[in-house]
Amino acid sequence: MEEKKEGPSKGAVVVPFLVGFVAAIAFGWWGFPQLLYSSKSQPLNFTHLNHVQDYGIDCEDCHYFRPDGSYAGLPSNEKCAECHSMAMTSDPDEIKFVEEYYEKGVEVPWLVYQYQPDNVSFSHAAHKDEDCTACHPDVGSTNELPPYYENRLTKYSKETMKMKECERCHAKEGASNACQVCHK
Amino acid sequence: MVLYLKEFKIKWGMVIDLDKCTGCGACMVACQAENNIAPVVDASDKRRSMTWLLVYQLSNQKLYPDHDVAYLPRPCQQCGHPNCVPVCPVIATDKNEEGGIVSQVNARCIGCRYCIAACPYHARYFNWHDPVWPEGMEKTLTPDVSTRPRGVVEKCLFCHHRYMQARDKARVEGRDPNALAEGDYIPACVEVCPTGAIAFGDLMNPNHKVHQLSKSPHAFRLLERLGTDPQVYYLSRREWVRRQGDNILEHETVEGV
Repeated sequence: MEEKKEGPSKGAVVVPFLVGFVAAIAFGWWGFPQLLYSSKSQPLNFTHLNHVQDYGIDCEDCHYFRPDGSYAGLPSNEKCAECHSMAMTSDPDEIKFVEEYYEKGVEVPWLVYQYQPDNVSFSHAAHKDEDCTACHPDVGSTNELPPYYENRLTKYSKETMKMKECERCHAKEGASNACQVCHK
Repeated sequence: MVLYLKEFKIKWGMVIDLDKCTGCGACMVACQAENNIAPVVDASDKRRSMTWLLVYQLSNQKLYPDHDVAYLPRPCQQCGHPNCVPVCPVIATDKNEEGGIVSQVNARCIGCRYCIAACPYHARYFNWHDPVWPEGMEKTLTPDVSTRPRGVVEKCLFCHHRYMQARDKARVEGRDPNALAEGDYIPACVEVCPTGAIAFGDLMNPNHKVHQLSKSPHAFRLLERLGTDPQVYYLSRREWVRRQGDNILEHETVEGV
């Protein structure tokens, strides 16, 4: 007489598989990025919106092109000290700027969200007709600076533009994708 | 038509007058300083020295009073048909950008050195060692030139970063970055040459001096019969100098030389 072999039921196969699948997805999409990136905040909370709205300062007053075509990027202490050589309010960030950076002659170590590696030469002049926010976070319309996510392994910012994004836009706009156009 | 070859509207080129070159070597020094080439303890050690631009001494091999010498600065020739490009397995070197400068991207280079073997001008160098700058000298680095680690090949790029800077300046001033005037962009060696032996410009632009100079009856290119079509021309009114530009046999007559 033959014994009937009882295989595992359908649920006993599918359920562990599903649990493992969901756990792997959750780890890969949520857990690993949490581990990989550390969240940092800017050394000072600079209030872009107040400067623009209340004091009528244009973006180009601090973020300007030099006559030789290079881009100034972030303003130096000297620029900030045109107004803030002494604390004008009791704002802790302003006092921190004056006491810890300006008076000690230390430049503010701003964290640049889009900082590129050394082998890339990005030309702001070539992209000056594009919207700044196409690449940079829209800091100008708010008083809060977004957190800076640093890759713990590579030390690069999470928001640093990847080569495929540069290439895609260059291809779309008909700009050259030759290596040395961006690499130095 | 080979797949990797492209026609360019702009071809940056040099015309080096060998009768004006005194062999002073200022161009070599300017090149090393501009392109972040670390100084070596003993620069006569050719296993260690990096000379993107190298000045060779030529001799007519005759005894006094007929003896004569000439000096020949050799940058990368930026060949129209570069031998280095098709042999690169990873496209770290390419001739693709308007201007015709043969690119070299060190981050992509795997250090196989096929290109060094392929280049008939010995214009390429391999980093056998990590570059070391004496303390304090790192402040003299050119910020627009990336430093190279050991294990990659490097070469003259006609100071490509200066090309980028000239284009940026043109953009900010509202000029066309693709129509640079003569003198907007010149490599460091050209700028520093005390006798003005090196002319630099767009070989395709009739308004640039090099366009006419390259058509001079005294103009020649190195190893021209290889068909590499270099963008570097040499000038000499001395026939023996022109004959040494290629492997011309003693009794051979070649048209134009």
